[in-house]
Amino acid sequence: MNQPLRMTGSAEIDGTPIFSQLDLTLTPHSWTCLLGASGVGKSTVLRLFAGLAEGVTFDGVLSDTGRVAMMAQQDLLMPWLSVLDNVMLGARVRGERPDKDRARERLVQVGLADHADKLPPALSGGQRQRVALARTLMEDRAIVLLDEPFSALDALTRAQMQELTADLLTGRTVLLVTHDPNEAARLGQKILIMTPSGLVEVAAPFTPIPRDIHAQDVLRTQTDLFDHLRRPI
Amino acid sequence: MNGWRAGIAATCLVLVLWQTVIWTTGVARFILPPPALVAQTIWESRALLTEHAAVTMAEVLIGLLLGAALGFVSAIGLAASPTVRALVRPILVFSQAVPVFALAPILTLWLGFGLWSKITMTIIIIYFPVTSSFFDALMRTNRDWIGLAKVMGASPARIMWHIRVPAALPGFASGLRLAVVYAPIGAIIGEWVGASKGLGYLMLLANGRAKTDLMFAALIVLAVLTILLHTAVNRLCEKTLDRPEVS
Ligand SMILES: Nc1ncnc2c1ncn2[C@@H]1O[C@H](COP(=O)(O)OP(=O)(O)OP(=O)(O)O)[C@@H](O)[C@H]1O
Ligand SMILES: [Mg+2]
Repeated sequence: MNQPLRMTGSAEIDGTPIFSQLDLTLTPHSWTCLLGASGVGKSTVLRLFAGLAEGVTFDGVLSDTGRVAMMAQQDLLMPWLSVLDNVMLGARVRGERPDKDRARERLVQVGLADHADKLPPALSGGQRQRVALARTLMEDRAIVLLDEPFSALDALTRAQMQELTADLLTGRTVLLVTHDPNEAARLGQKILIMTPSGLVEVAAPFTPIPRDIHAQDVLRTQTDLFDHLRRPI
Repeated sequence: MNGWRAGIAATCLVLVLWQTVIWTTGVARFILPPPALVAQTIWESRALLTEHAAVTMAEVLIGLLLGAALGFVSAIGLAASPTVRALVRPILVFSQAVPVFALAPILTLWLGFGLWSKITMTIIIIYFPVTSSFFDALMRTNRDWIGLAKVMGASPARIMWHIRVPAALPGFASGLRLAVVYAPIGAIIGEWVGASKGLGYLMLLANGRAKTDLMFAALIVLAVLTILLHTAVNRLCEKTLDRPEVS
């Protein structure tokens, strides 16, 4: 998994173009943030990487990703399974033997060791998203796709989740789709804005992630991103 | 228990109305027996009623069990395969146009006067509601759950069993709740057409001999048993199959 992941080409749904001549490269072992207006096709890119783009006609070249891990805005926890069983969902649906000890370790990592036997509806939104993170970690994939994973959380929880996720996913190839310039500035090692006419790269800070919210380079990048996002296309 | 109180109040209301009709119209007791007489008959004929109720309940329970199992399996088959869906769905819809009651004599002809013609009738009557409400729920599985499982590398069969089926169990429960109310109808119709045992048979017998009080007694026993069964299944569903919606 040291080859850069690359997607070049065009996509359409039922004959309606979603994006064309996109050229996106994910640097191995680093975080790429993808921003852009709503409906521009960010989730479609992510779904193509995940092999989930039913109904999307993709014309181009896409590196083979192997199996990936994915986390979205909704926690997608199964309400009938305990927190622990949700963390082990992957093994369950593949028919493998679930590794309980490892799953418990993941819960410790996200700070939910005491909640293993609860059902998801008994947790807060932030806690549920941490379970989703534990489930993602449990999959242990080199490539992790994140589609606005923190956008439903309150500001404080979001900041904590950003730090936790960055800590726990270091060394992996991460594609993070977000609408939040601050989030991109904190977590992006490469920051791209998707527009109908292609990708625009915005310089990311060089400091290691997760960066401090108040760091000078974060604030500067955040302002930069705002300007770019506001600019008429 | 507010539900219980309301139920008792409603029962009292019906009894009062019933008695009032008798007092005001002076209707003969073999046309409409007074509540007290029916109560007395229930008590005096308790052995007879129990014997026949046991038969009817056996038909209802076996029919429920088999019909629910059949509906469970069919719904999964329908949901799993578009080919099965395309083939079987028109048949299912068409079968609903056939008046089930008209089948009772044929079933008696084929399966005889024993339990099985009634059980089959019960199965036929509950099969559709169970299948269709479970099937609908299976087809409504959150697409993102399925997507997540696919990304994890699950096969369609495992997605069905570990995601779609558990997600749809509340839909299966609503089918069961309907089935419990319909099942006794199937058994009784079966008994009317040809039987030597059961509450339906007892009703016809009592009717033929102008023992209206016994007929009412059998009817009330049937209604009470249906309500008890419904309550029991409802509890069971609440404990096992239902689930609070995730906020
Ligand atoms: N099933 C579909 N049928 C037709 N068009 C679709 C379908 N799904 C998505 N689209 C269109 O594809 C485009 C891209 O959608 P996508 O979800 O990738 O956008 P996005 O950039 O992730 O938006 P957001 O920021 O709001 O999540 C949108 O214009 C949308 O209308
Ligand atoms: Mg999106």
